[in-house]
Amino acid sequence: MAADKHASITAPAHVHPGGDGHYDAELPLVRGGLTFHDVTELVSYHTEKKSPVGWLLAFALASFVLLIFLSCLSYLVWNGIGVWGTNIPVGWAWPIVDFVFWVGIGHAGTLISAILFLLRQRWRTSINRAAEAMTIFAVICALMFPLFHTGRPWFAIYWMPPIPNQMDMWPQFKSPLMWDVFAVSSYFTVSLIFWYVGLVPDLATLRDRAKTVLRQRVLGSLALGWTGANRHWRNYEKAYILLAGLATPLVLSVHSVVSFDFAVSLIPGWHTTIFPPYFVAGAIFSGFAMVVTLLVAARKVYGLENLITIEHLEKMNLVILLTGSLVAFSYIAEFFIAYYSGVEYESYYFFQVRVLGPYGWAWFLGMLTCNVLLPQLFWFKKMRRSIPVMFAISITTNIGMWFERFIITVVSLHRDYLPSSWGYFSPTWVDVLTLLGSFGLFFTLFLLFLRFAPMVAMSEVKAILPQADPHLYEGDGHTAHPATTERSVPYIQSEEESDDDSPRRHL
Amino acid sequence: MAREFLRDAKATMGIYEGEEGRPYALLAEFSNPGTLLHAAERVRAAGYRYFDTHSPFPIHGMDRAMGLGQSKVGLITLGGGITGLLTGWLLQWWTGGYDFPINVGGKPFFAWEPSIPIMFELTILFSSFGALFGMLALNGLPRLYNPLFYSEAFARATDDGFFLQIAATDKRFDLERTHQFLLDIGALGVEVVEDREVPDIVPVEEPEAEAVEVRPHVAESEGRLR
Repeated sequence: MAADKHASITAPAHVHPGGDGHYDAELPLVRGGLTFHDVTELVSYHTEKKSPVGWLLAFALASFVLLIFLSCLSYLVWNGIGVWGTNIPVGWAWPIVDFVFWVGIGHAGTLISAILFLLRQRWRTSINRAAEAMTIFAVICALMFPLFHTGRPWFAIYWMPPIPNQMDMWPQFKSPLMWDVFAVSSYFTVSLIFWYVGLVPDLATLRDRAKTVLRQRVLGSLALGWTGANRHWRNYEKAYILLAGLATPLVLSVHSVVSFDFAVSLIPGWHTTIFPPYFVAGAIFSGFAMVVTLLVAARKVYGLENLITIEHLEKMNLVILLTGSLVAFSYIAEFFIAYYSGVEYESYYFFQVRVLGPYGWAWFLGMLTCNVLLPQLFWFKKMRRSIPVMFAISITTNIGMWFERFIITVVSLHRDYLPSSWGYFSPTWVDVLTLLGSFGLFFTLFLLFLRFAPMVAMSEVKAILPQADPHLYEGDGHTAHPATTERSVPYIQSEEESDDDSPRRHL
Repeated sequence: MAREFLRDAKATMGIYEGEEGRPYALLAEFSNPGTLLHAAERVRAAGYRYFDTHSPFPIHGMDRAMGLGQSKVGLITLGGGITGLLTGWLLQWWTGGYDFPINVGGKPFFAWEPSIPIMFELTILFSSFGALFGMLALNGLPRLYNPLFYSEAFARATDDGFFLQIAATDKRFDLERTHQFLLDIGALGVEVVEDREVPDIVPVEEPEAEAVEVRPHVAESEGRLR
């Protein structure tokens, strides 16, 4: 019995067609021939070292902007929402625009972590952790706006969930606004669960490297006692794929429900059946742009070019090109339906107001230039592999997507059916500073994440390294893939130089 | 009977109850995922049942090597989903159609069409709770105290180490013979893990050597296979 098994171990490796072709068939997912321990070091190191000066400066700036946000909200609560430019006929203005903008950004994280996981796109492993974190922080930013739009957020918490009020009345579940409450809060909860489940093995890695009792206790509690047991991995992987499967329809539903806020109405420019897919494509478009903005900066600052490679960025740019083109198609469809329906209010709104009206500049700048034209540059391989180009386009995309929501929300409202109820919306300084300040909240949270959490999913990256395949070793028992012999790990010097007092132990 | 059932149930979670005066388990280290996979096959073939492998990432094919069936997380998730769907439906029907009906523009007090979004969202939400808490329950987590943490080398199970443990409560467990068996199937080294029941592990000074025997190279032990 044992002899048979032994024979199977020492039998010559079954030859893959074309020698190493089995592994070279696809592009390397990580570069530099990293070993398992390299991945651990490369990622954990950033959570264990002292805060770098650059991080401290960035954090100081972000938390200063966060302070502006909190001041604006305090000013708003003290004075009431009259401090915003929101007023009849534009009863929904910047806060709703900002809400849709931030929720949309969040969607890319779920797309990368869930949909690409189900599609077996293994390149996602390097970027999914940061993208999921971005989702959670973007949804937190988004939730702030409707919460404070009520003017009395402490009541909103009481009104929104199904708790009967003093008249024993219940929330009106036929209203899309109630659907929105359920959709966005479920989305936040499920994203948080998905993110945390993914974090557990990596928190265990950090726990096992912890040098101080405090770190051991905090990380030990958060890691839930994870030991990497295969009995656990079995249930864990099942739960993870189920969560991915659940998050996929959820993310598609959330922005659809957000679009119902507009589509289930009778305003020209809002009353459009194309809105759900149009909003979802736009959300993924802007979210991927935000991921590119963040990762281009983070991989440079943290020296993660081998984990988050140019191939990753190129693939994300392809998604931006795809969703940007979908969005462009939706814009064309809107105009076509407005013309083809023959409804005079529809044609008046789209052809006279949206393009040639007082906010026409926003359409030409935001929707046409930033959303439709600029992403088309990614048809060229050189463009989608150029860091400065993709960084610039990722930022213009988010500017364009903000303007898209502005045009849909504000421009549709500012000219009512009767010219007597026409108006012109201008934001106040509180509007502007609140939007600016929400970036402070977002970046403060994101910088804390970069500083204290493993920003790349270590266990997932290790599982896609060539040497993670157990069949690689069918031969002399311990052959490493050629990739692991030419390691390029600049951080190793710093590891050797550091006064590491506890050498890693082998049995 | 009940005790044995409980012990088996705990074993599926990777919790092996220690016994007074006996070591907790034997922990063996292997060089790579491939040797660990074959070792798991051998350990199972030799009749051991209370054993587990520990690796920094899930190893493809390990479930089959260890003889583990389908995970039951799916069933729990389905249960959560059905609960959520019914909750969404009952909530909207009871509040809007029964407890306090309000006429809004002549629309029906309750209809399934406008109820879909909330039923859908609650289905997803409760399914996710099912997946999370089902996974934790089936894994016996959180379990912050684990005797394996006494092994210093075991810290590498979440980094780049590949381990296999055989619990002392396994029916076929014998300290000497199991030890030799693990070395024979290619372990780099084997350690006896004791359940010391000390809550905190703070390595202040060098602890006494626990490794009974250190094998420098896997090829050497493989050569001794019978």
